[in-house]
Amino acid sequence: MELKLITAIIKPFKIGDVKAGLKDLGLDGLTVTEVHGFGRQRGHTEVYRGAEYEMDFVPKLKLEIVVDGARVDEVLDNIVTNASTGSIGDGKVWVSPIDTIVRVRTNERGADAI
Amino acid sequence: MNSTDTLWVIVSAALVLFMTPGLALFYGGMVRSKNVLAIMMNSLAAMAIVTVLWTLVAGSWAFGSDLGGGLLGNFSLVGLAHIPSNLAGMVGVHASPLALLLYQMMFAIITAALISGGTADRIKFTSFVVLISVWTLLVYAPLAHWVFSPTGWLAHRGVLDFAGGTVVEINSGFSTLAVVLVLGARRGWPRESMMPHSVPLSLLGLGILWFGWLGFNGGSAMSVNNVAVSAVFNTQLAAAAGLIGWLLYERVTEHFATTLGAASGAVAGMVAITPCAGYVPPYAALIIGLIAGLACAKAVRLKFKFGIDDSLDVLGVHGVGGVVGMILLGFFATKQINHGGANGLFSGGGLHLELNQLLAVVVSASFAFGATWVIAQVIDRTMGLRVSDEDEMRGLDLSQHAESAYSAGNTGRFSS
Repeated sequence: MELKLITAIIKPFKIGDVKAGLKDLGLDGLTVTEVHGFGRQRGHTEVYRGAEYEMDFVPKLKLEIVVDGARVDEVLDNIVTNASTGSIGDGKVWVSPIDTIVRVRTNERGADAI
Repeated sequence: MNSTDTLWVIVSAALVLFMTPGLALFYGGMVRSKNVLAIMMNSLAAMAIVTVLWTLVAGSWAFGSDLGGGLLGNFSLVGLAHIPSNLAGMVGVHASPLALLLYQMMFAIITAALISGGTADRIKFTSFVVLISVWTLLVYAPLAHWVFSPTGWLAHRGVLDFAGGTVVEINSGFSTLAVVLVLGARRGWPRESMMPHSVPLSLLGLGILWFGWLGFNGGSAMSVNNVAVSAVFNTQLAAAAGLIGWLLYERVTEHFATTLGAASGAVAGMVAITPCAGYVPPYAALIIGLIAGLACAKAVRLKFKFGIDDSLDVLGVHGVGGVVGMILLGFFATKQINHGGANGLFSGGGLHLELNQLLAVVVSASFAFGATWVIAQVIDRTMGLRVSDEDEMRGLDLSQHAESAYSAGNTGRFSS
């Protein structure tokens, strides 16, 4: 069976909606990392105590989920719906193939380990 | 000797001493987390070094009998080998002279420590130590003699400076400007964000500064009397008005009233009331504090125009606030509050006092700037003032002190 890694960069405050959506789909695992970066949104200028500076890197959350290849479209749609605000800087989601996955406790491999 | 007056001066000395660790917290919160220990260490170093130097020599140069012309005290108090029965020219002061020297020592400590606010994140620790040592002897002691000793030439002319608008505030502000010009800006300034790493730390520091400042100004009455009460009351009023003034400026021009702005405003108000505290009525303290809050909030924003990285705004707050206080004192001073003082413009004294105040501003600012610039140049050309680029990037905590504020070596996060 084919395994896919779904990686999503989202606005931090949308994590609650996205997590709830994935739970509704019955997915069992999600890894979240705090990240900083920029896309087409670029950074923006902020002023503090008279100091103007470029916020080059905007804070985002990175989500990583390993899924059964057959469920990719369903999960993608779910994430996109729940992470979207319609404004610039909503983020990206991408899918990549993975060779295998191992559950550390039982040494199960492949789809059984998801 | 009067025991009550002596007690008040000793208690005030303790209050002023406490301000320096308060300053360490205030500054520590404002720098990036890789430099917090280093800037706190600067204040700690001042507490030790200035204490020793003051007792050995500087206290004598400030408060010993005048050597001539009101320019410097003599060596009569060196090492406090002989404790005098009173300090030169201090007629009508009944507190113990030893208590007064202890009290004044604390002023010298915090003034030296204030300089670290401008040199943050890039000065070599050893160079800072040498700088404040030489500076305490050659800049602080003479200026303290001119203004604080009744035999000093500015005091003798009739300049009023209750608790150090010149000696502490203008002095630290313009001395810092000189060091910063020799030192240069922090790497990446002003392009990169150098946000304070912990504003709560700064707010705790502000609380300690505010508390201690009541003794800083109140103790300068050197006696338990109505002047002391006025000084303490005015300090509270000016702190409050300064806080309000700074926040008004921020809310109107940048749309946010910041907590660090509130803290800075309170400091600005207390800086400006420092020379005035025992000479002006309460309503004047409110006006002086408010003007200082507005003026200093504007001043700290001007450094970006001039391209001077006075990192934590020693010039913008202490220099500018000190000038504001010294000048406004020429208007608001009244003998009704302190018959040992003078009447300013609003109390029928004409411009006589104001001209003296302006003279003191110009003299103290130029002397502090000029003398400190020479000292900084000499240190820079011999031992070097600044750390290497690599050390600056690693942060001064690691590169100067082999420590890290929030993870001493092994963080424990990646080990069992």
